[in-house]
Amino acid sequence: MTKITIGQHYPTDSIIHHLDARVKLIGTIMYIVFLLFVNHYAGYGVAALFLTGIIALSKIPPRLIFRGLRMIVFILIFAAGINLFFTAGETVLFHFAFIRITLEGIMMASHMAMRLILLVMGSSILTLTTSPIQLTDGIESLLNPLKPIKVPAHDIAMLMTIALRYIPALAEEMEKIMKAQKARGADFDTGGLIKRIRSMLPILVPLFVSAFKRADELATAMEARCYRGDINRTKMKAMKMTRTEFIGMGVMICFGGLIFLTRLL
Amino acid sequence: MKAQTNRLNPQPNEGAEETSPYIIELRQISHIYNEDSVFEKRAIDNVSLKIKAGEMVALIGHTGSGKSTLIQHLNALLKPSSGMVLINGKDIHTDKAKLKSIRQRVGLVFQYPEHQLFEAEVFKDVAFGPNQMGLTEEEVNTRVKSALEVVGLDESCYHKSPFELSGGQKRRAAIAGVLAMRPEILILDEPTAGLDPRGRDEILSQIKHMHTKLGLTIILVSHSMDDAARLTDRILVMNKGCIICDGTPIEVFAQGEMLKNIGLDVPQISSLMTCLHEKNSNLPTGIFSVEAAADAIMKLVRP
Amino acid sequence: MILGEKLTFEYAAYDETPPVLTLKGVDITVKAGEFIAILGHNGSGKSTLAKHLNALLVPAEGTLWIKGADTKDAENTWRIRQTVGMVFQNPDNQIIATIVEEDVAFGPENLGVKPTEIRKRVDESLAAVGMSEHSLAPPHHLSGGQKQRVAIAGVLAMHPECIVLDEPTAMLDPSGRREVMETITKLNRESGMTVILITHFMEEAAQADRILVMDDGVLVMNDIPRNIFRQAEAMQKLGLGVPGVTELAHELRRRGLDVADDVLTIEEFMSDKAIKSLL
Repeated sequence: MTKITIGQHYPTDSIIHHLDARVKLIGTIMYIVFLLFVNHYAGYGVAALFLTGIIALSKIPPRLIFRGLRMIVFILIFAAGINLFFTAGETVLFHFAFIRITLEGIMMASHMAMRLILLVMGSSILTLTTSPIQLTDGIESLLNPLKPIKVPAHDIAMLMTIALRYIPALAEEMEKIMKAQKARGADFDTGGLIKRIRSMLPILVPLFVSAFKRADELATAMEARCYRGDINRTKMKAMKMTRTEFIGMGVMICFGGLIFLTRLL
Repeated sequence: MKAQTNRLNPQPNEGAEETSPYIIELRQISHIYNEDSVFEKRAIDNVSLKIKAGEMVALIGHTGSGKSTLIQHLNALLKPSSGMVLINGKDIHTDKAKLKSIRQRVGLVFQYPEHQLFEAEVFKDVAFGPNQMGLTEEEVNTRVKSALEVVGLDESCYHKSPFELSGGQKRRAAIAGVLAMRPEILILDEPTAGLDPRGRDEILSQIKHMHTKLGLTIILVSHSMDDAARLTDRILVMNKGCIICDGTPIEVFAQGEMLKNIGLDVPQISSLMTCLHEKNSNLPTGIFSVEAAADAIMKLVRP
Repeated sequence: MILGEKLTFEYAAYDETPPVLTLKGVDITVKAGEFIAILGHNGSGKSTLAKHLNALLVPAEGTLWIKGADTKDAENTWRIRQTVGMVFQNPDNQIIATIVEEDVAFGPENLGVKPTEIRKRVDESLAAVGMSEHSLAPPHHLSGGQKQRVAIAGVLAMHPECIVLDEPTAMLDPSGRREVMETITKLNRESGMTVILITHFMEEAAQADRILVMDDGVLVMNDIPRNIFRQAEAMQKLGLGVPGVTELAHELRRRGLDVADDVLTIEEFMSDKAIKSLL
């Protein structure tokens, strides 16, 4: 439970780490959109090359990025499987009972798999190179233009930060409460649905109590440190657009261009 | 794991092992978290330990020394990566169905146990454990009442919400929740953490009472050497997953320097006696109580 | 620096029970640069008092001035919270960010300090508590003592003149306690920081310049540690103790040995005349 890899930040000194979070956010969104437009293997080749370049620049050990893939293995197999077996096609390669594998099916499955892999690897670079605070700051700043229509950008960002900070703590807490109740003879694994739901009560009540207590203490601590929303607030890591940021955006646009070129093949 | 597969038929041995003089026996247990991964961490390293019925033992060590992991092996919340855990001479991992009965016999009170209270009334909360054991309502009621009496909570508390109690009372109610299962062995993880001196004294004297009056085998887990010395006559010191010291308080406290090096604090009196001993070797070391220290010093005055 | 007169505070409890008075006319003065310890058993009102000192709570009656500013005046609130920083008991519930240096920056960010200046303050504060090398660590990878030092750094970065610590060591193990106490005493001695430490540990309180003892919402003792612990019996009656060596000195006096009744440390005990003559 405590080893959740999503959103895990890998702090080190690299050009990608120092890139403005907003650029990284928009860049990631662009990357995902471009991926959806790929319709030729050359396009995946371009994307893979691009990704390799970014990973090299980010100085993140590749095994960390591959670890993120482990979590989607199931989805991958499922998605590829569905495409493999259920794509209607002309060129039947293999036929046994109700199983029919067509060339088109294989094509679709491999497209799907590549798209998913590149997507997950790409977006994990965002979370690995950007600390949650920078990420939320970036989101806040991107949402800021929506303030006139009453989108509470700052509050959303602060909520996200705190949620990210306390997810591991709450997971740990839950594990501890479960153990303690087991030591008191609680049984979570047997019985019908109703009994099982009832048996969650000894976990949920203490968990909520503790979450509320935490929230209360945290609010007090934040107030004690002069927190009062975004009134007159500054940032240590102020976001600014420098040459690197513009170059980054430029690179993304070139990447997009290349992807569209592969569509013409 | 090995123990389980090797002992396909444990019955023939059972009679012989019943006579084991030790209520708890650990045979070379190790526990490795995240085995075979980059995060592999050896939390318990080849620990063997024997505890007799009716003993009161303190287990001390700093945070992360492995003491919390160790005690979770005693009631089968954790399974050793290798080695065997025997309660009353029986390997507790031979029969899965009996885990519940092991957990009833080996009562484990976690750190800050008041965080696990969940019922609307104190009485109901304490009854949770016995109710899970499938006892009659009458039997549950007697057990709950006597458990609450042991921890010094009277009838006026029975129907209060746990959240109306004071910090010390909450903790005692939570301890009663484990006591009501009538365990033979009671393990308490840092029972005095975060309490004020008065609360600390109350809990400690009740633990002493459970040992002497109820005859429970007690393991007190603590990083407070003071608590350990005050209550027990055997202290186990853990560091980096190993038990590095096992002896009487006098023997253990005589090694003040070593204890400090592994991040424990020696009672002030104990450090003082070590300093005095350096000046005058007639004064003994290993003393930790004010009474004993005064006796020793007065001996110099009137030999 | 701090002046409080007849402070009274009541908690509005559940509907059925009358409101509980947690402070009953407390007078308090603290001079700049002082190191004060507050003792008292749970529920004696010491945490409530602490929360008044940086305007998290305001007195129902009486007045509290922090550097001349009345805490009841809402206009002063933010200035007071910047002047008097606060560290709480549970290290896990006061760290907001997921990276140490970003957490330390939280306070000055709230104050609207310039980014370059924040960077400087963060580095200085982490150095002051000896946590510079962990500036990029996530808090959940730190030990309890380290977390509390980060919390102290977070307060220091606001450039306060006084730090109030509410049982900062209660949840720590002995080495964590030592780390935190060393940090606190160093801040007081070397930087002249005014420190108010609430604690249950008598040995910690003995290091202060002055001790305040609270009982049932009333300030019952206010003196230098030597004079407080001299009253071993009274302290025990309040549900508190005295340091081990002090207790031993009293026991020896009871048995007829003429040891001073105000020894506080091992060194003092060793150099006591009566003890020296025995060695």
